[in-house]
Amino acid sequence: MIPFAYQRAGSVAEAIAVAARPQSKYLGGGTNLVDLMRETIEAPAHLVDVTGLSTAIEDTDNGGLMVGAGVRNTALAEHPAVRSRFPLLSRAILAGASGQIRNMATVGGNLLQRTRCAYFYDDAARCNKRAPGAGCDAVGGFNRIHAILGASPACVATHPSDMCVALAALDVTVHLDGPDGGRTVPFGDFHLLPGDSPDVETVLRPGELITAVEIAAQPLAARSTYRKVRDRASYAFALVSVAAAIEVDGGTVRDVRIALGGVAHKPWRAHAAEAALIGQPARSDSFRHAAEAELAAAAPLSGNGFKVELAARAITAVLDDLVEERA
Amino acid sequence: MDLVINGKPVSVDVDPRVSLLDLLRERLDLPGTKKGCNQGACGACTVLVDGERILSCLGLAVQYEGRSVTTVEGLAEDGSLHRLQQAFIDHDGFQCGYCTPGQICSAIGMAAEARRGLPSFVTADLDGDPVPLSGEEVRERMSGNLCRCGAYNGIVAAITETFAEDVR
Ligand SMILES: Cc1cc2nc3c(=O)[nH]c(=O)nc-3n(C[C@H](O)[C@H](O)[C@H](O)COP(=O)(O)OP(=O)(O)OC[C@H]3O[C@@H](n4cnc5c(N)ncnc54)[C@H](O)[C@@H]3O)c2cc1C
Ligand code: SF4
Ligand code: FES
Ligand code: FES
Repeated sequence: MIPFAYQRAGSVAEAIAVAARPQSKYLGGGTNLVDLMRETIEAPAHLVDVTGLSTAIEDTDNGGLMVGAGVRNTALAEHPAVRSRFPLLSRAILAGASGQIRNMATVGGNLLQRTRCAYFYDDAARCNKRAPGAGCDAVGGFNRIHAILGASPACVATHPSDMCVALAALDVTVHLDGPDGGRTVPFGDFHLLPGDSPDVETVLRPGELITAVEIAAQPLAARSTYRKVRDRASYAFALVSVAAAIEVDGGTVRDVRIALGGVAHKPWRAHAAEAALIGQPARSDSFRHAAEAELAAAAPLSGNGFKVELAARAITAVLDDLVEERA
Repeated sequence: MDLVINGKPVSVDVDPRVSLLDLLRERLDLPGTKKGCNQGACGACTVLVDGERILSCLGLAVQYEGRSVTTVEGLAEDGSLHRLQQAFIDHDGFQCGYCTPGQICSAIGMAAEARRGLPSFVTADLDGDPVPLSGEEVRERMSGNLCRCGAYNGIVAAITETFAEDVR
């Protein structure tokens, strides 16, 4: 590890002021950043510990939840309002990492965790995300875990978070504060597709701090779930995952939310599948048809063609389960 | 910086680069906590901080200023083993023993989580009631602790026997 200075911030204002120094980074639980610093992929000169800031989960006036960026993953999954009103979020968090890591990881850090592409970690490999312009060894290499949607020739990595897939399926706003003041960003706009600059992963500006994630009230989410397909039963990243919520009335789909993990550079909201389902009979064949509508745009690589069928089946199975549960 | 380790106040001067794991092993003469992967993948370095299980290899020591850390060395009381330590012996819950301190600290934290109603990925009901520790629940909740010797059957037996009474 490259030497660095450590400071614990006592307030948001202090954190932003301290992080204005060049080569500063905010520190959450450290479960991703400390690892990347040890590999010298990240080499900040100053770490500003923000785990003591915004650690509350509060009801908002309109029935939603305001979740502080410092809330630990376990605490969010465990919160009674999340378990009852947004079960897909509890289940997604509990599907990720391990009990120990979830006790350490924060909401802010989970949003900003970096890809698990092996070439990104290997400094003998070419990687545009680590060294812009170097090339991408995953395109012609081992790309079994890589993206099938929204990728570019510059980068085919996936976003590894489970929690973010559930957030992508919901109406969520990310609250930011920074040297130029506060602002909010819809969750769907927060993460970026790789394009020509895969090193830029979010719309976060230099020095900006995530202060909270606001989840709007949405009754539809009370019956929702998360399914994760992986190489072993637990403690592995998703090959494909699905977060979904559905509202059925008289056998017809009134409203539906679907987001996918393990398939793209960002948590992937399946807008095409949702559009194909509204007003359709809530049956397996419609679910399969909607999944195919979403995956029509899939562009698999040499090693991950299986993800297209896997995603189609996972979407269909999750919606089947939700509808059955309701019947 | 000040912290409490196994019930005793400790004062140390520590470089920010030092992990909590290295502080314990290299500076405080507490080598019970093991370094397996040093990247969060094996659980050998699990310790309890204010009763919660965490990975000491991914934490910087400076992040734990003022906190109370319990390692495997702090579990025995008045010279007699913690009942989970004894159960690991009774059920052959280890071969080489390298993963054992992490398994034991993790299981103690895990049992407290289940007792207070934290669901797991395999819990059917998210109602928040205490979760009975079936074999399936124990395997899912302990999946962050790998055992290269494959002593899993003994590990699961020791944990379920020890905590079956607590969480029902
Ligand atoms: C072995 C292993 C397995 C894992 N498996 C899974 C899995 O299956 N599913 C899954 O979803 N995740 C998994 N994870 C990843 C884990 O969820 C993330 O490491 C964790 O969520 C990161 O949170 P943190 O608070 O520790 O972030 P940190 O490591 O502290 O920070 C991560 C990044 O966020 C920035 N940051 C932190 N807080 C803020 C803030 N408030 N504002 C602005 N920037 C901030 C930091 O500067 C850094 O760039 C795994 C991790 C490990 C080590
Ligand atoms: S896929 Fe992205 S992260 Fe992986 S090597 Fe290519 S550029 Fe780097
Ligand atoms: S040494 Fe910490 S998880 Fe392996
Ligand atoms: S007993 Fe050898 S690694 Fe578990």
